[in-house]
Order: sequence, then C-alpha cells, then structure tokens
Amino acid sequence: MSTVDILFYFFALLALGGGMLMICSKHPVPAAMFMIVSLVGVAALFVLLEAFFLAVLQILVYAGAVMVLFLFIIMLLDVGPEGGKASRMKLISGFAGAFFTALLVVVFLIMVQSSGWINNGEGWSEISDTNEFTNGSNLIFSASVKSFGYGLLTKYMLPLQISGFLLLAAMVGVIVLSKKASEEGSN
Amino acid sequence: MPKTVVLERKPLSISERTYLPQIATGLKTTFTNMFKPKVTLQYPEEKPRIPNNYRGVPTLVKDPNGREKCVSCQLCEFVCPPKAIRITPGSVPEDEEDRHHVEKAPEEFEINMLRCIYCGYCQEVCPEEAIFLQEEYSSSGYSREEMVNDKAKLYELGGTLPDQHYKWDKKKQAEDEGNSH
Amino acid sequence: MIDFETIQVVAIKLTFAFLMVGAVMTMAGYSVLAERKVSAWMQGRVGPNRTVLPLVGSVPVIGRFLQGLGIFQPLADGLKFLFKEEIVPGHVNKLYYYLAPIVALVPALTTMTVLPFGEFTNADGNFVPLILADLDIGILFILAVSSLGVYGIVLAGWSSNSKYPFLGGIRSSAQMISYELAMGLSLLPVFLWVSEPGSSVSSLSLVEIVRAQNSSTWLLLIQPVSALIFLIALFAETNRLPFDMPESETDLVGGFHTEYGSFKFGIFFVAEYAHIVIGSAIFTLLFLGGWNFLPWLDNPWPSSWIGTLIGTVWFLTKTIGLIFFFIWIRWTLPRFRYDQVMNLGWTKLLPLALANLVFYILLVTWLDQSNFNLP
Repeated sequence: MSTVDILFYFFALLALGGGMLMICSKHPVPAAMFMIVSLVGVAALFVLLEAFFLAVLQILVYAGAVMVLFLFIIMLLDVGPEGGKASRMKLISGFAGAFFTALLVVVFLIMVQSSGWINNGEGWSEISDTNEFTNGSNLIFSASVKSFGYGLLTKYMLPLQISGFLLLAAMVGVIVLSKKASEEGSN
Repeated sequence: MPKTVVLERKPLSISERTYLPQIATGLKTTFTNMFKPKVTLQYPEEKPRIPNNYRGVPTLVKDPNGREKCVSCQLCEFVCPPKAIRITPGSVPEDEEDRHHVEKAPEEFEINMLRCIYCGYCQEVCPEEAIFLQEEYSSSGYSREEMVNDKAKLYELGGTLPDQHYKWDKKKQAEDEGNSH
Repeated sequence: MIDFETIQVVAIKLTFAFLMVGAVMTMAGYSVLAERKVSAWMQGRVGPNRTVLPLVGSVPVIGRFLQGLGIFQPLADGLKFLFKEEIVPGHVNKLYYYLAPIVALVPALTTMTVLPFGEFTNADGNFVPLILADLDIGILFILAVSSLGVYGIVLAGWSSNSKYPFLGGIRSSAQMISYELAMGLSLLPVFLWVSEPGSSVSSLSLVEIVRAQNSSTWLLLIQPVSALIFLIALFAETNRLPFDMPESETDLVGGFHTEYGSFKFGIFFVAEYAHIVIGSAIFTLLFLGGWNFLPWLDNPWPSSWIGTLIGTVWFLTKTIGLIFFFIWIRWTLPRFRYDQVMNLGWTKLLPLALANLVFYILLVTWLDQSNFNLP
C-alpha cells in the first residue's frame, strides 16, 4: 500500500463520511458544514488524480461560493432543527433514496459490463483520445487549464453553450419569480 | 418671520459618485497629519501643567506660624454632598500655649477619597480657610482603608499656605486690649 | 518504502514551510504594531512605546530607539493572549466555537504555499522561482482557499449563539459572495493580457505573471480598472475598513468575535492580519511587478544570489508599502452601510468588471490580429 493509496482511502472516507453525516444531522448548519467536508474530500481526490484544476474549481465554486450562499440562506431564514412531524416526507424520501441508489447501481453495472471499463482500462483511452481531442494542434492532452480551455471551446463548444443557456434560463426564472412575490407583498 | 429658503441639494457629479477624488483628499489629510507634532504627554515622566484654580485633592493647611487652622466647626462635614468628610472634634492640645483661646480643634479628620467628588464645597464653606483643594491630582492605593486620608496625611498634603487675616491672633489681641467685639 | 532521498526532500520542504509560516506570522504580528503606530501618528499620538526587553533596552541609543518604535510590543501582546484566562460562555455550541478560529487561520496560512517571493538562476541558466509549490493554477488556488476563510467567521457567528455575532456572520457570507465575483472577473483581463497566444505554458501561475512584467511596464499601468476593482474586492475579502461588515465594532459590538476572548480571539486577530499580508503580496505580484524593479527598467542588480536577495527585499518593500496603504485607508475612511456594500458590489463593481473584461478581450484580439508586438 503506497502513500497515495493511504491518502486515497483517507479522503474517500472523508468524502463519504461527510456526506453520510450531512444527511444524518438534524440541524441545517452542521449539515452544511459536513457537506463542505465532503466537497473538500472530493477535491482532494481530484488532487490525487493530478487534476488540480478540477480540484480548485470544486473548492472555489462549491465549497467557496455555493455553500456560503447555502449558509447565508440557512442563517437568514433561521432554519431550526428538523422536527419529527415530517414522517410522510420521510417515507417519500426513503423511497426516492432507495430508487436512485438502485438506479445508480444498475447503471454502474451496465457500464462495467458493456465496456470492461475498470478491468482493462480501454475506456480511459477512449475518453482521452488525444488526436480526436486536440484536433491535430500541438497541445498535449493533460489536466492543465489550457487543455481544459481548448477542449471546452472546440469539441465541447455546444454542450458549454447549452449549459450556459440553461443557467441563464434558471437565473431569469428566479428573477421573475422573486419579482412577482415582492410585488404581491408590497400591495 | 423670515421666509424659509429651501436649498436644493446639487446632484453629485460623476467624479463625486465614484468616491475616488474624495477618498484621495481624505488620504492626503491623514497623511499630512502623520508628520504634524504629536500632542501626547508622556505622563509619568512629563507632568501636566496645573492651572491656578485647579481643584485637586482636598487638604488641610497650616498657617505660616505652623499652627493648625481647623477649629472643628464641622461645617465641611455638614456640607459635603457625598458625606466623604468625618471629623471627631476635640480640644486644643495642652502644649500649644498660643492657641488656648481657640475653643476646639479636630481630634481626627478623615476624608474618604473614594467618596469625594472634588466639588470644592468644603473649601467654600470653611470659615477658617483651613481646607483647600490643591493641585494634587493623583491619589491611589491598594485597599479601601488606604484611600481614606487621615489628619496627618491631610496636613502632609496641604502644607502651609499664606494667611492674610490671622483671625484668632487679632481676636486675642482685641481681647487682651479689652475691646472684644 | 520511504528511502533517504524522500526524507531529505520532505525535510527541506518542511523547513521552507516553517520558515515561510514564521515569516508571514511575524509580518502579521508587526502589521498589528504598524496599525497601532500609524493610527497613532495619523491622530497626533505616539502609539505604543513602553514595552522593552531587559537586555536590548539597555543598549545606549538603539535600545531607546527600538523601544520608541514599539518593536517589542507584539511579543508582549502575544504573551498577553497566551496567559489570559480562557473563558467559554455557557450558551455557545462548544465544538464549532473552538473550530471557528482554526478554520479562520488555516486558509490564511495555506494560501502562502503558492506565493512566490523571488527567483534565482540555477546552474543551467533557468529561472527557478522561490516558492513552496509552483502550481500552474496558483491564483485560482489562492482564490479558492481564501474563499474558505469566510467559514471561520460564519461559524464563529453561528456557534456564539448570540445576536450580534450572528448578524456579523450573515453579513460576512453575503459580502463574500458579492465581492468574490468581481474579484475573479477583474483578474481575467490580467491573464488574458499576460498569456501570449501560442505559448505552451499555461499562465494562471503567479510566477508567469511576474515574469511578464519583467523589464516591461507594471500591469497596474496597463490595467488600472482591473487593479482598482481587485483592490476594492481585496479590501472586502480581508474584512478591512471600509468593508469590515462582520466586525463593525460600532454597530455590532465586535461582530463575529464578540463572544471570543484570550487566545481564540488572538487567532482571529492573527488570521485577519495574515490575510492582509498575503493579499498585499498577491496585489504586488499581479499589478506591481513582483520582485522586478521599476516599470520599463531592467533589474539593476546582478543575476547572482545577491540579485535574488535584493529582488526579494524589493518585493517585500512593495508588500509592506501596500500593507501601509491598507492601514492608511482604514484610518481615513468611515465604514459603508451594509446595503451600500451590497449595492456597490452588485450594481457597480460587477458591471464594471464585466465591461472591463469585454474591453480587454476586444483590445487583445485587435492587437493580436493586427500583429502588433505586445509591450
């Protein structure tokens, strides 16, 4: 067992444990804190894969901005600990959790079955097919920022635009919704 | 009644709305302030200048002949708003021959400096000009008892002040000459 | 499993890390002193000038001079924090109450790992930067880790279980979100300008930024708007006046650290000043040319180790100048109101940063297309 392995198990435990505790904690603020722990654990796993850019983005966007926003909302609305009256919700969320876990397992199994993804590592070479990705330019495929930028603005231009557009739609939707509510409130 | 004039506030110019020129002015002010002479008094080494009419710690004074002036009339004790003064009246000591015509003298005179508010009423009310608030401003101690000035301490702080009247001497002289009052 | 060479490398790295932490902490301690001294001078006072060490103080002229400057004051302050009674209010959430100062300090100290402070030429003639970890995404790393610092404040505010710290925590989180965006956007034109098209190195690294400013102009002169936005956002991120919303001692008593005392408060204090030191260093690297000499001038010092030393000292001088600027601003400007802070962040700085970005995109494209040589 090398140092990297030990670190991997440590951070995997951190990520999974954080997620577990997040779901189990009654009060929203500790839940948010455990979620941050989980996110940082995932970022550390990215670092172990030498994908520094992804790791930093994970921390910058999720732990640094999104979770701060969550905490801000939790504190602003002063959400207290969860009460015991939501038993029906518990049932529904239990079913939903079971369903999605089953779905995840099935999809994962299918992927492993169909491509032999884990066993011989063919999948990796498929994903990181250098020639297709860099379109014949002299860039080397790597985890560096330049590689990401090149990929996003050439091969994955359309998905990038679409996801940007989706976010814009969500933003406009939020503005419309909040505007309406405030007008009713003032009248 | 004068007519009320409403002054319209001018809209801020663009440079004013960026705050930046104002910030620069403010920065200039604080920067020039850095090189102005300091006003700090390095206290234990440098003492402040005490003006003449300063009201410091109340003290008892003696006349230029080294005699006690207080006659234990207890007016100061009576007038003292925080009741900081306590006088135990007594008679003039036997050995002070030239003061026997004075009826009383304080046996003990205590001023509790934890109560004293430095109002100066005692000095104002004293008919003998025996109690003065002088320039002593720093009094400190480790216990409550230490902060009560007894008679010895009060005379030590007070010292001797010039006397313009020698009231009791004049009275004795008049008595000796046979025309009292 | 672990051979001698690994141990050697780890030992060297650890030594450097300790040196770096020591340097930054010392600078943070003396920033506190500088704050007290400069504020005193600006208000016509003298500032701390009493503390003295027994032996040094008795040196004829120098001892008195150092005492007058208050050089020994940080020592006394640190000892005071250590020996004070540890008071924990009964109404706090113990775990998070103890966790908060640590969470505040760790990001402040972590950012220094990617902070270069000089460079030297090795035997092969290559430039080697003096840095703990030369990450090619250094600036992103700094942004990411320093954004975690807000959790210390939010946690402190929440776990104190008291209204003023709580308000401080809320304000802090809102402020952090508002200014991080403008900060990130203001940095994009800088990297756009620095990374030449076709170069193989990815230039999100601070070392590359400094090299790009070598014997050309400082980026402050090319991109004044970016520098201004970055500086304002830096003030907000370090919770300095005029943006010290979470602390604002006049309306929130002491904000997030109202319920804190003794050494835990000391850690918050040090964290704040460590943020200032590192923020100043980053601004120096990005916009003031790092360890390079003045704009348009070659470095006048030789490229041997002496040059490295002078360059590092020159970098530190600029950083200290910027720390002074932080302090100077604090004792000049009043605090913004909370809604003014939000207004400034979202409706002024963010659009300005966007416009700035678009302008430089067009400019860089035009320069690129018309085959001008970049200065």
